[in-house]
Amino acid sequence: MSTPTLEKSAASAESEAPAHLITVTFRVRRFNPEISDQATWQDFQLEIDPKERVLDGLHKIKWDHDGTLTFRRSCAHGICGSDAMRINGKNRLACKTLIKDINPSKPITVEPIKGLTVLKDLVVDMEPFFQAYRDVMPFLITKGNEPTRERLQSAEDRERFDDTTKCILCAACTSSCPVFWNDGQYFGPAAIVNAHRFIFDSRDEAGEQRLEILNDKDGVWRCRTTFNCTDACPRGIEVTKAIQEVKRALITRRF
Amino acid sequence: MSAETTTPATDNVSLYDVDNPAPVIEPPRARTKKTPKSTRTNFELYGWLFMRLSGVVLVVLVLGHLLIQLVLDGGVSKIGFAFVAGRWASPFWQAWDLIMLWLAMLHGANGLRTVINDYAERPKTRFWLKNLLYAATVFTVLLGTLVIFTFDPNIR
Repeated sequence: MSTPTLEKSAASAESEAPAHLITVTFRVRRFNPEISDQATWQDFQLEIDPKERVLDGLHKIKWDHDGTLTFRRSCAHGICGSDAMRINGKNRLACKTLIKDINPSKPITVEPIKGLTVLKDLVVDMEPFFQAYRDVMPFLITKGNEPTRERLQSAEDRERFDDTTKCILCAACTSSCPVFWNDGQYFGPAAIVNAHRFIFDSRDEAGEQRLEILNDKDGVWRCRTTFNCTDACPRGIEVTKAIQEVKRALITRRF
Repeated sequence: MSAETTTPATDNVSLYDVDNPAPVIEPPRARTKKTPKSTRTNFELYGWLFMRLSGVVLVVLVLGHLLIQLVLDGGVSKIGFAFVAGRWASPFWQAWDLIMLWLAMLHGANGLRTVINDYAERPKTRFWLKNLLYAATVFTVLLGTLVIFTFDPNIR
């Protein structure tokens, strides 16, 4: 019964479409190991509302133009962290980047994030990234008996690490880090941020262990404070500040 | 709409297919489970601190050095054997130059070590570049120290 109304609204939307739609060129970095060992740029012309997101453009390409385009996305609302990619040379979430904000009059370049193995098109192998994450033990570690109630914490204690709880593990920061590009053994900003979240948690008791891990040659001392990570973070985490706080904790622990 | 490639499509398609995919390009030195675990030393911490502290001291030492050598009292034209001999007669300038030599060389060497760590991808390249760096550093520091301590103004 509702179908006619739906069609009507869809038809009316289509008839007034040209008014607000603009033509945008998406320049996508394509790589398919089953066809060629070379990555190439491919252009797609789309009619799209500038208030839509880059992810909507990629959906349009995949659904209407070229079904072989491969990219990750899960929630499509900036929470799952699946669709970090390099858009116009900057690491962003495709689902949080509006087309009107990135100059649609020029071609919009979309590439996979750097420093990780490209498997196909925009999909990279995240394993080294998650290995670094696992290596900093991103879980609560305590001694003694479990309390019968929840572990209480004052608002100030919670505030101490509030910024780093926002991480969604999208790898935008780590894959924007020039040290990580050249040496993947570096833990990378994301792992340090997630270590920071527990090091400065008053309920956690393994801060020492995590500091010891990050004190190593591939730890925080490799950070060159280029602030690429802070610029790249789609959640607005002050990543470089978190890394510096870990450095300060290491120094004040020693002296 | 039209999907067009910006680069001319290569027609030698037969090289790779589903059963025989192209090798993917691994980034240098990816982190794996086998990546060495913590060595539990504070070397990097001390190296980082040394860079900050020596940097502050070097600002004073190097700028003072440049000012004396190049600007004040006739500038570069006054520098000669007699000028150096006159300065090194005083223990103050000996100490100044000695500290500057050691701090500048170690500061520079540590900086280059981090550059090599950042940019040399293959382990062998790293090893040899660092060995070359350490050899050059030790040589320069020792030679400079030797000259400062054994300088003889009456040499013929």
